[in-house]
This record gives sequence, C-alpha cells and structure tokens, in this order.
Amino acid sequence: MLARVHEHNLVKWAKDRPQIVVFSADLTRSTEIGLFAEKFPDRFFSMGVAEQNMLSFAAGMAREGFIPFVHTFAVFIYRQALNQIISSIAYSNLPVKMFGFLPGLTTPGGATHQAIEDVAVMRSIPNMVIFEPGDATEIESVLDAVVNTKGPVYLRMLRGEVPRLFPKNKPFIPDKARQLSKGDDLTLLSSGICTQEAMKATAVLRNKGVTINHLQISTLKPFTDPAVLAAISAPRCGVITMENHSIIGGLGSAAAELMAENAIPKRLVRIGLKDTFAHGGSRSYLMRYYGLDAFVLVEKIEGLLGEKLGITEDDLAAVRLESKKSQATEEDL
Amino acid sequence: MADKNNWQQEAKRVATGIRFRVLDHTIRNNGGYLSQACSAAEILATLYTHIMKLGPSTAPMIPPPFQGVPNINNPEYTTGAGYNGPCTPDYDRFFLSPAHYALVLYTVLIETGRMAPEGLTQFNQDGSTVEMIGAEHSPGFEMMGGSLAQTLSQAGGIALARILRNQKGRIWVFMSDGEFQEGQVWEAFQTLAHYGIDNLSVFVDVNGQQCDGEVKNVMGIEPLEQRLRAFGAFVLKADGHDPDALCTAAAADHADRPLVVLCYTDSCRGVPLLEQRRPLLHYVRFKNEAERREYATFLQKHMPDQQTP
Repeated sequence: MLARVHEHNLVKWAKDRPQIVVFSADLTRSTEIGLFAEKFPDRFFSMGVAEQNMLSFAAGMAREGFIPFVHTFAVFIYRQALNQIISSIAYSNLPVKMFGFLPGLTTPGGATHQAIEDVAVMRSIPNMVIFEPGDATEIESVLDAVVNTKGPVYLRMLRGEVPRLFPKNKPFIPDKARQLSKGDDLTLLSSGICTQEAMKATAVLRNKGVTINHLQISTLKPFTDPAVLAAISAPRCGVITMENHSIIGGLGSAAAELMAENAIPKRLVRIGLKDTFAHGGSRSYLMRYYGLDAFVLVEKIEGLLGEKLGITEDDLAAVRLESKKSQATEEDL
Repeated sequence: MADKNNWQQEAKRVATGIRFRVLDHTIRNNGGYLSQACSAAEILATLYTHIMKLGPSTAPMIPPPFQGVPNINNPEYTTGAGYNGPCTPDYDRFFLSPAHYALVLYTVLIETGRMAPEGLTQFNQDGSTVEMIGAEHSPGFEMMGGSLAQTLSQAGGIALARILRNQKGRIWVFMSDGEFQEGQVWEAFQTLAHYGIDNLSVFVDVNGQQCDGEVKNVMGIEPLEQRLRAFGAFVLKADGHDPDALCTAAAADHADRPLVVLCYTDSCRGVPLLEQRRPLLHYVRFKNEAERREYATFLQKHMPDQQTP
C-alpha cells in the first residue's frame, strides 16, 4: 500500500509545468492537493463550495492557455454542475481536467457522496474522455495522458492508501487495456477498485483450472482498444464486467454496445450496482452488501461455467496481491 | 465610423440603426427579439462605439456557413470572436451573456461595419452560424451562453488569466437582469470579489422584463444594487438610454473589485406600439396581419432615413 500517491506525484509532475493550475472546492486535504497549495500557492485557486462557477471559471482559464486541474468529490462535479460541464467546457472541447475523488462505494459518506452514475453521465457527453486509474502505478502515470488529451478529461480518482497492483515500469496508456491474466474460459473486464477484487478471484480460480482473460480497463471513453474487442470475441463461456458503478451506462454498457455492434454471440454478466442507490458504510461492507466483491465474481463465474468450484471466502481472503509481484510482471503484456 | 468630435451622435446613430434593423427583421419574419433591441440599443451602441477598445474585425463580412462543432477532428473550427477584433493582450474582449440578444448583437456588428447587412439574411436559416440563440460560432460570440448565467463565470476565468499574465486588455460583459435569478451569477460575483478581479466590468440591461412577464412578478431580484454591493461589486446606476451616463460609469475607478453598471432601460423605447403588448414582451410574434401592418407603417413613418437592408 502507498499513501497519498496523487498528492506527491502531482507536486513532482507539475513543478515545471506553469500552465497547470489547481482548483479546489473546499476539499483541499480530502482531494490530496494540500501539498500543491503549499508548494505552488500562485497556481492554486480556492473556489469555495460553488462548483458551477468553479467549472465555468476553469473553462475561462482554459481558453487562455492554462490547464485547470479541478479537484473535488466526483459527485459534486457531474451532479452539481452538469450544464456547466457541457456548455462551458465540453462543447468547446476545452482542456479542463476534472479529478473526481471517492467514486462509487469508496466513500463512507452515503448516497449523497456516492458517484454511482458518473460514468454513464459523462460517457454520453461529446468530447469527454474518461480515465479511471486502478492502482498507484496508474495514478502516477496518468497525468501525462491527461494533458496529452486535447479536450476535457474526467477522472475517477483513488486516494489515501492505494495498492500497487501493476509494475511501476508499465505506465497508464490511454485507451489500452492491461492484460492481467490469460485464459479461454471467460473474459473479465474490470475497472477501478474492482480490479483488485477480480485479481483475488482469478488467482484462486487458476488453481481450480479455470482460465480467465482478465483485462483492466482504465480508459472508459474512448472505448476502442482492439484488444478489448478481441478479448470479448474469444471466450468459451462468456464475458463478465465488474465496476464500482451502476450496471447502467458504465463499463458493462460499453461492453454490451461493443458486443452488439460486432454481433458477438456471448453471454454478458454485468457486476455493479444493480440500478439501486447505496448507503453509508465501509468499503468492504458496501462491496459485499451490493455484490461487487471477489466472492460475488466467483459465484457469477460458477453460474457461467455451470459448475460449483468449492471456493470459500477464506480462500479469497488469503490472496495477497501485492506480494505476488513476479506474477503481475510476468502476465502484464 | 465614429466621429471623434461627436461620439454621442455616432452612438445614437448606431442605436437607431439597431432598432430599425431589428424592427424591420421582426416585421419580415413575423417574429423577433424586438424589445431587447429597444432596451439595449444605447448600451451596446455605446460599448461598441466608445467604451470598448476593440480592433477591426478579423472575420469575413458575410458570416461563413456552419462548419461543424468543435472537436479534435475539426481543426478549422473558429468562434465568432473575430467580429470583435483580434484577440491580442492589449485589446478588450466582449461577452454577451443572454444569447437570445443575438439578433441585437448582429445588428450592432452591422451598424459598426463589422458585418455586412446581408449577413442578417442568414439569421435562423438552416446551415447558418447566424443562429437565433447565439452560439460560440455566431458572429460576435466567443462562448456558449445560451443557458444563461455561465458567461460571467467564464469571463471571470479569462479576466483572472489576463491578470496573471499582465495583459492590459479589459473584459466587458453584457447581462440581462433576469439572469440574476440564477445562483451561479452570485457564485461568480463572490469569486470576482474574493480575487479582487477589477479588469472586468458588467453592463446589465435592467429592463424589468423576462419571458413570463415582469421580473418583479416572476421572481423578485431587488434590491439589486444593494445585493451586488454586499457581494463585493462596485455598483453604479445609469440611464441605459444615455450614452454620456454609460460612458461616465464605464470610466469609474473600481480598484480590486468588478464594476457593475445597472443600466435602467425601457423595453418599448423607440417603438411605443410595444406598450400594448405589456407585460409579455420577451418575443414578439404578431397576432395577425393587421398588427404586422401596423408595425410596418410605424417603421415607414418613424424611421424613414434608414436604408432598407
């Protein structure tokens, strides 16, 4: 586990990039920009609890050659200021970069704080690009892709203690899936914190003789990686998507669209929030309660295979992902 | 062009031209944002002829047809800002917030020699950029203001960027009073005051009118002057039909805070026939041919010196 990865990385990365300005909506410490504010006070703008103005203001600065990095909780970006995102930023394809923290069930703040349909909303906006880093390596390497993308970018950001699941020398590459395991039985697409859960399950399943083509998806829009199309075309028993989001409009829907448009005759199982709001609680409790964890994935896989595998929750809990560095390196293609 | 010895006369000529062209257009099209021309004519005429420092237009006299919306596959795309002159550090920038005033703005561009009169024949035609609700690509526009309230925040961002880069050019924003019902406008003023942004001035057309009728009956915004002061703006009031008063207000010293000029106006000024339509003046569509003829007769009788476009 690494602590406050974005906070330290941003300061290092932005040091010699004077066009980068950071906007905060009264959540400076909570979105890991306190160190930036301390180091570069001239490039840090406190905008108060006023997200609509903040996003339009950022658009104005973007027109003048600055690249605003807007930081707040994910929900307060797209729910509070959707028209501003569309009319002030996205229509004009302006380089405003929106860092949405605490996506989905990663917040203990309950329904008002849980961004569960943000990908669905943002994916439908023309010109919008959506990234969801899945670990410390991707958080550290996503910023180059963010500024190299000409227009607006929305990020689902992780904070606090973040695992390193992927090798440090294998950076985030936009619109390119990261293969985490190979296999013919099933294809599994996972994003964000669900990738960690999925990796636990695939490790145990491998010992049971089930092989899974597991792709970590860190770019939700565009969704045009040929490797993803190839992966969903190939498996024997079907495709599973797993996301920290509603099953409507996010990764599961993107996969369904791709399958339908390419006439791929496979089963698709979407793991995510089943068209329901959630409530406040710990991440592990919520992922269990709403069926977004490794155990639920195993159950769904058993369903697709048509057989029980005898995997227990203890088997899954015993998996230590970060200690298996050699395996990740070996299979990261 | 402006006679430097008598700019007031030039501003008045432009204002009269605005009313004439918008009235003429409304008669020809059996509809138009006529009352906005009546209330805002002197404000826009004075801004364009005397207050703002704008270079000559860099855009074609006849607006080009629709070239697609902005995206990475459309590198040729441009906004309508070129009609307000070159975007260089020393020149001012102008942003019209209530985008349904587009017809009025187009006629200002015509009267100040920035757009050909023929450009107006493209108004609201399919495939044209001379849109009814001005978009970013429409002549004289530089951003998407159509939903109201967002232009001030965006202009604030541009003003702040100009301060950070020590650029001399000022930012002028035209707003309507109905917009002050939107929360974002107040968020914007609180931010402009917080950062002491003083290279930005706002001219508000306080005509007391909005789509559903009189502002005071739809949703009261008074006391507007005191509310804006409380939000940290430097506020002046002016007769919105008096170019001298508007110029004096524009020149006020407002260090460390934005200037707001509340321009009190009459939505029927210059076209008294409109009085019969009160309180619904937002969009004029004639009830029948007789009413249309009445306006046409008025045009012939009272604006005989104008050239028909």
